Amino acid sequence: MRIKAEDVEKLALMSRLELTEEEKAAYTESLNASLDYMHSLTKLVTDTVEPAVHVLPMVNVFREDRVEIGLDHKQALANAPEAEAGSFKVPRIV
Amino acid sequence: MSYQDKYEMVCGVETHVELATKTKIFCACTTEFGGEQNTHVCPVCLGLPGALPVLNREVVNLAIKAGLALNCEIAEFTKFDRKNYFYPDLSKNYQTSQYDLPICKNGRLEIEINGESKSIGITRAHMEEDAGKLVHSGESITTSDSSYVDYNRAGVPLLEIVSEPDMRTVDEVIAYLQELVQILDYAGVSDCKMEQGSVRFDVNVSLRPLGSRELGTRTEIKNLNSFAAVRRCLEYETERQAKVLNKGEKVIQETRTWDDSQGVTLSLRTKEEAHDYRYFPEADLVPLKIDPEWVERIRATLPELPAAKRERLKELGLSGYEAGVLTSSKAMADYFDRVMQNYADAKVVANWIMGDLSALLKANNRSFEDCPIKPYQLADMLKLIKKGDISGKIAKTVLEEIYTGGKDPAVIVKEKGLVQIRDQDALEKIIAEVLAQNPKSVADYQGGKEKAFGFLVGQVMKATQGKANPELVNKILKEKLQIAY
Repeated sequence: MRIKAEDVEKLALMSRLELTEEEKAAYTESLNASLDYMHSLTKLVTDTVEPAVHVLPMVNVFREDRVEIGLDHKQALANAPEAEAGSFKVPRIV
Repeated sequence: MSYQDKYEMVCGVETHVELATKTKIFCACTTEFGGEQNTHVCPVCLGLPGALPVLNREVVNLAIKAGLALNCEIAEFTKFDRKNYFYPDLSKNYQTSQYDLPICKNGRLEIEINGESKSIGITRAHMEEDAGKLVHSGESITTSDSSYVDYNRAGVPLLEIVSEPDMRTVDEVIAYLQELVQILDYAGVSDCKMEQGSVRFDVNVSLRPLGSRELGTRTEIKNLNSFAAVRRCLEYETERQAKVLNKGEKVIQETRTWDDSQGVTLSLRTKEEAHDYRYFPEADLVPLKIDPEWVERIRATLPELPAAKRERLKELGLSGYEAGVLTSSKAMADYFDRVMQNYADAKVVANWIMGDLSALLKANNRSFEDCPIKPYQLADMLKLIKKGDISGKIAKTVLEEIYTGGKDPAVIVKEKGLVQIRDQDALEKIIAEVLAQNPKSVADYQGGKEKAFGFLVGQVMKATQGKANPELVNKILKEKLQIAY
């Protein structure tokens, strides 16, 4: 599969990135290079290998259902670009 | 003309139910409803960089329990995935959810429609986190320049239960939702407080020409939070789609929102993009292995579910209607069972619970969950009626007295002097006085006017403040009217 300019445009949109024409061209090229590199994996025989869903050989890590105090109001909103009336304020959504 | 003349509706529902845990799914923040904005938050549920989620064990317990209650298969291996999309109620720009390996699948539940039973398939149920809450500066999302976000709800554990598109009428949809919520309520996996948004529905609906087997194009209406909203929304949306189809146009596959005040669905289409969630495994959480012992441990904690309870009540001699009303909430059904432990006459108990007690609670805006009358008190009162200490009429007063004062019925009856008069001599004396005071009615009765008898009974009751034993009054009155006059 080859990445085309439209694919990069869609990816940029989905990632909320604004790209210039030069950047689009550059990303198309570098994404294809990455894919080619990953493609070398297809040479491996994986018929007997279980598909991995996680890199660590671990399962069942849990917390118990006990309440702990989190951030206070001021800390919670400290990084908000805009806050009003105790809430994060965001621009028009749709 | 209704859409049903030409089309058949096909509907499936995604139900989001908040699981009844104390803490959020991936962090130790409280799930309590109604706190001041952004006070039940921490770096994890605010999605601050570097914060790591850890799964709440109780979420898995409750998800398994819900799955079992819905006749699902419980996955032996399951994992979380990221569902990527940009929306401000989601601080991380992805929702931690489950994609290809949900914890529950292939379930079903039975609904009853016009006396016939129908099975509705449950495709799957998966665990995920709830999003924050948006308040818009204007009247609605489409007319607001800005919105306010409260992340208290972000990270509250949800189970998303996806039905098969098995429903063909609005009534079937409502029956499915009622049964589903009842099961979840009974199983104790959620508080099911609809008014607090503990249960929310997304409906997928399409029309197809009658007789057609192909599916039409569907729309999805998101975030309905009551049965009434689902009903009105579907009634509107089916007619809207029918109009589009009747004009020879095509229904556009899209997400719509329900505007409850206007009673219409509105398009939420944006020019931006088609949905592309780019799911991928959540690397911050390790997978789950659920062994059969774990599942069986949970199965052992499942209480009697509504369908079984309804059957049991019918076996006690109650009608289908009575069994349905009594099991409509777990609290009411439990109340019935507890009264029955002390007074095992199902019909009588059902009548009082469904009648006077329900009315009393309703008038005071309460439910069986916080009913001030203890089940044993109702049972005691029924025993007093049976013994003949009080009449059914006086019992209504006693019931109200227990409700307001909390005292036991025997105490109330004694204190208020409500014991029924069953003393033959005392009643004869009173009746003699009543007859003496009402010669005209006596004459009327003896002249063949049956109605006069009722009047005389009423006068006796009045003279005894309703405490006279009615059967005894009838008997004595009849005797006296025949003999003496």
